[in-house]
Amino acid sequence: MRTVLETKNINKYFKKPVLFHVLSDISFKVSPGEFVSIMGKSGCGKSTLLYILSTMDTDYEGDLYLNDKLITGSPRDELSQLRSAHIGFVFQFHYLLAEFSVLDNVMLPAKKLGRKSIQEIEHDAIEKLRMLDIEKLALKKASRISGGEKQRVSIARSLINDPLIIMGDEPTGNLDSYNSELVFEIFKKLSDEDGLSLLIVTHDKDFASKTNRIIEMEDGKIIN
Amino acid sequence: MTNWRLILGIARKHLLTKFRQTAIAALGVTFGIGSYISLVGFMTGLNQMLDSLILNQTPHVHVYNEIRASETQPADLYSEFADSFKMVHSVRPKQSQKKIHNALPLMEHLEKDNNVLAAIPQLKTQIFYISGSIELGGNLTGIDAMQEVRYFNFEDYLLEGDAQSLENINNGIFLGAGVAKKLSISQGDRVQISTIKGGTFPLKVAGIFQSGIADLDNVQSFASIKTVQRILGEPENYITDINIKLKDIDYAPQLAEKIREQFNLQAIDINTANAQFETGSTIRNLITYSVSITLLIVAGFGIYNILNMLIYEKMNDIAILKATGFSGKDVQLIFMSQAMIIGFAGGILGLLIGYVLSSVIDGIPFKTEALPTVTTYPINYNPWFYVIGICFALVSTFLAGYLPSIKAKKIDPVTIIRGQ
Repeated sequence: MRTVLETKNINKYFKKPVLFHVLSDISFKVSPGEFVSIMGKSGCGKSTLLYILSTMDTDYEGDLYLNDKLITGSPRDELSQLRSAHIGFVFQFHYLLAEFSVLDNVMLPAKKLGRKSIQEIEHDAIEKLRMLDIEKLALKKASRISGGEKQRVSIARSLINDPLIIMGDEPTGNLDSYNSELVFEIFKKLSDEDGLSLLIVTHDKDFASKTNRIIEMEDGKIIN
Repeated sequence: MTNWRLILGIARKHLLTKFRQTAIAALGVTFGIGSYISLVGFMTGLNQMLDSLILNQTPHVHVYNEIRASETQPADLYSEFADSFKMVHSVRPKQSQKKIHNALPLMEHLEKDNNVLAAIPQLKTQIFYISGSIELGGNLTGIDAMQEVRYFNFEDYLLEGDAQSLENINNGIFLGAGVAKKLSISQGDRVQISTIKGGTFPLKVAGIFQSGIADLDNVQSFASIKTVQRILGEPENYITDINIKLKDIDYAPQLAEKIREQFNLQAIDINTANAQFETGSTIRNLITYSVSITLLIVAGFGIYNILNMLIYEKMNDIAILKATGFSGKDVQLIFMSQAMIIGFAGGILGLLIGYVLSSVIDGIPFKTEALPTVTTYPINYNPWFYVIGICFALVSTFLAGYLPSIKAKKIDPVTIIRGQ
């Protein structure tokens, strides 16, 4: 069966201040449409793993497959191209470009990828915003909207290039329960209706329990 | 593949939202380039004025017949003494004429040379100015006034009168300012002169001139060549000096050498005649260059500082851009294009301000004895300064932006995002 994301024996060490084995022999797969959460205590290496999976961190041992293709060792420019096309990313802190409008923020990754014309991108972006029920914010500056709205905008941004998988680094960690619930519903809908794979790092037990599969980590190892 | 529209769009947004910072950075460039333009224009303007004090009046090659002793004495020519040691005491200068032999055909020949702009005749003689019973020694030079105006800026030194009048007025004379003052006469008056051989001639003062060198102005006068020839009782081909103006001053020593060998005349080139002038202008140029380079480097550091700060402030944005698929090179290009936009805008504004400042300096009154026609401070509006100015603005902003942009390129988004 096709896998969206697969890791084989991923190991990572922090060399400073002392040699530290952060991740040891991480191997797992994510299938299309699967909603996976990674849980663990702080410092167990779950975020570190996520950044390796997102291709932003290339300093590791082992093999990483995206869409059944080995991408370990690819040059950085190629990786940013892959990241742009196939991976959507949602951070704990919304990380929008404060000076740009909401619409510009959402459109930016697509403009970078350059697969579609500006009109198409704008149409898609408004479509995504509408789906997340925030299309009325489109022309507001990103610094002028609330935290929950910002997180929804960054979800819209992660969706703009129609990625294979969405990764989140505690996307609800900074939100109140109402907004957390909202964000979860959005993820659930994307997974169920659009067949998108999701890989979410969290330590919110309620959030994790509602996902298809929980990967539990402790001291750099997958224990469950 | 680089999407320039997107990159420039982001760069523009950054610059516009931080407009004050952008303006300060651009003003750093503006002041650097502006002061460079005005300073260089002013300094080279002054240099040119000082140079022209000498260059305007000095022929590039001066040809004349020098009274001197023969290099070969009769004893040298006699073959019997060929292997002997010869001593000749009390050698006297050779009797020769003051005039240049065949001067008119020689001038024609010289003007055929492509490098020669003009060869102008002069006739120099000693005279006395007579005022009652007083005789003042002096020099009278016969000139072709219109040619002198054209090639040696003669008119710049005329306080009163018009160069043309020397040709028009019969027996006209331009008196040196010092002479006129001593004799208490002015334009339109008559002055008596006598030659060394005797004989008095009344001349009409057609104008007063001032070279700025007091010793010269106290003795020198000018009349037309024909007038001087008539006073001396010499024919029309009697010419004692030929002044040559060249297209390229560097050719002067070569031509002087050629004339000396070919025509057996004395020929002095400007570099030999004014060796100290060369040194002076070289040193002044050196000062100009070092001052302008210092200015430009200071401006460059200002730009570097601001861009560096801008990048520290934009760490987050850089991380986001990288996380959403922008490559390090894209980020670098964003910051480089910001630097170049600042450099270009600041540079253009600097050129304008430099030009305005130059015009202001150009309008400040400045009187000098040496150059009667100069009324304001001299400014050199050489377009090359403006070309160099804008090029330096672009090159220095490029370099100043390059180092910070390399840093931005290398920023690891993970450290920024996780560090939050």
